[in-house]
Amino acid sequence: MRYVDEYRNRELILALSEEVKKISKKEITLMEVCGGHTMAIHRFGLHSLLPSNIRLLSGPGCPVCVSSQHFLDTAIAYSKISGAIITTYGDLIRVPGSVSSLEKEKAKGADIRILYSVLEALEIAKNNPGRPVFFPGIGFETTAPATAAAIVQAKKENIVNFFVLSAHKIMPPVMKALVDEGVKINGFIAPGHVSAITGTAIYNELAAGYGLGVVVTGFEPVDMMQAILMLVRQIESGTPKVEIQYRRIVHPEGNRIAQALLIEVFNHKDDRWRGLGIIRESGLKIRKNFAGFDAEVKYPVSVPEPPDPKGCICGLILRGLKKPGDCRLFATTCTPSDPVGACMVSGEGTCATYYKYRR
Amino acid sequence: MNPREDKILMSHGNGGRMMHDLIGHLFLKHFGNKILEEQTDAAILPVDTPEVAFTTDSFVIDPLFFPGGNIGKLAVCGTVNDLAVSGAEPRYISVSFILEEGFSMQELEVIVKSLAEEARHAKVTIVTGDTKVVNRGKCDKLFINTAGIGMVRKKDQMVGKARNIHPGDVIIINGTIGDHGMAVMNARESFNFKSPVISDCASLNHMIREILDRSSGVKFMRDPTRGGVATVLNELAAKIGHGIEINEQALPISKGVSAMCEILGFDTLHIANEGKVIVVASEQESKLILEIMRNHPLGKQSAVIAHIVSDHPGRVVLKTGTGGKRIIDSLTGDPLPRIC
Repeated sequence: MRYVDEYRNRELILALSEEVKKISKKEITLMEVCGGHTMAIHRFGLHSLLPSNIRLLSGPGCPVCVSSQHFLDTAIAYSKISGAIITTYGDLIRVPGSVSSLEKEKAKGADIRILYSVLEALEIAKNNPGRPVFFPGIGFETTAPATAAAIVQAKKENIVNFFVLSAHKIMPPVMKALVDEGVKINGFIAPGHVSAITGTAIYNELAAGYGLGVVVTGFEPVDMMQAILMLVRQIESGTPKVEIQYRRIVHPEGNRIAQALLIEVFNHKDDRWRGLGIIRESGLKIRKNFAGFDAEVKYPVSVPEPPDPKGCICGLILRGLKKPGDCRLFATTCTPSDPVGACMVSGEGTCATYYKYRR
Repeated sequence: MNPREDKILMSHGNGGRMMHDLIGHLFLKHFGNKILEEQTDAAILPVDTPEVAFTTDSFVIDPLFFPGGNIGKLAVCGTVNDLAVSGAEPRYISVSFILEEGFSMQELEVIVKSLAEEARHAKVTIVTGDTKVVNRGKCDKLFINTAGIGMVRKKDQMVGKARNIHPGDVIIINGTIGDHGMAVMNARESFNFKSPVISDCASLNHMIREILDRSSGVKFMRDPTRGGVATVLNELAAKIGHGIEINEQALPISKGVSAMCEILGFDTLHIANEGKVIVVASEQESKLILEIMRNHPLGKQSAVIAHIVSDHPGRVVLKTGTGGKRIIDSLTGDPLPRIC
């Protein structure tokens, strides 16, 4: 397949891996922020191609994993409103809230529909006037612009029964919070899709202020190996900086149209991250101008804050302080078909990935 | 066909005149054969082996029509293949319809016709059946159940049972994987992929019979339907207590399926097939089996895709094209498209 096979070329990957082995001397730890990167590393077995002095840590970049149970419980509460239609990406459907999941509510009779694009929710709203159509919005700067575009479109078309429950989050605050909390890393393998929207200025402080290497990369094995090589070069030469490996997609200034949409529709709020707690200015809240589309404004529901599950160390795993194998629930009581913690609930969660590829 | 009604009415299932019209003008017209025409409550069937294989399957697919087939063709292939991979020669099938009130009579006839056509092609006789009509909303347009009986020769009785499988044995498949699942999903959802992904829905009994006639070395056969190749191989690994190593580069996958899976984030090994069979044999015997399969129209792209290994007993591991290795698990839940 064009634009895929080239980036999975075995000779290239091995050549990059050899170069990494040749120049890498220091003991270093790199954090791949994005769940997609964690998946790629394990799917293609990249860890087995790195020297033992390079450690990879999985970061907090799986949107399903870091969405709080409270958010899911709220979406489930909406599904019980008379006439309500819940429209959602497939990722959320099996994620457990504190007592139920959207999948289970669907079996009980709730009208829950899986979308491929948030714009489908607008069509559903138009075809079902009088019924509230909810969209639980998850994801980082990658998916948030699409939600913003849908809200703007809904306003333009005067669709009055479309409501977004925003759990959208942004990346830079959590990356900084992790380092501030003492997670020991030398550099970030930075998320390609997020950066395609934001550009790279958001990482400048990490490089300049914290002395960390940052390389923005894609999701194919050649991309990732090259990014690791670039980070190793930076760290070995003591010149941490922000670099883009993923040049076919990411430009330093990002996607200005998408950025403008985000600013138009959302402002920042302190937000709860599953396993990590509240991180300042890390969430996206719908602005007052668009309050008519804000589910939390139009349909306030009171849902108790559920406690973290007992024995689960997802918070430590999301902070890169522990690995799935360190958790006594891993692959025993906590499995992809019956997940306990955040990292097992999504296919891109660290525990789910380890379960799938490295048990 | 009775021209008076263009929709299924409740009366078509009430045992009265309209039901008899439907049976006569539609089912008997297309399925007609001596046994069925007796219209007895149960079919009396001649058998020619001391043992028979018996299976049943229900078909509730949405949409009813998809590139490469429809629910009628699928209802025959599914049951025929379940018999064939058990070493049986499929002979008789039953067909039961559950129809939703208001279902299009014209669509029903198209489905019945292709059901009859596939049965003729597979050389199975439709010997009994049933029709029920339920109120609108009580089923989704049309459900079909088929059950089938096949004759099993003594020498073929073990082929579904996975005995005497050892490290070094090879695993063969008769062509590209994932075609059915992706064709149906493409037809059901509004992706508008232009790529011509066509279901592989086919009756495999003639090809399988040829293999069993010419080789006595088949140690296991299974059709990788729901859950895909990954699920069959995981069940096999668990049963035999050896490991299985899949060679990613040997997997036959069409360009369209590969691209759709890539975009939607699916693993092709988890996607359903309806015209594929997995065969396990010794390395030596595999050469003859591959030759037989490749000479059959349904096996032109047959390939050895995996080996039985002594490492990682009970587990299925994929050797990736990039040189790494990873565990392949059974499918958990439905494959769902993801946002990232």
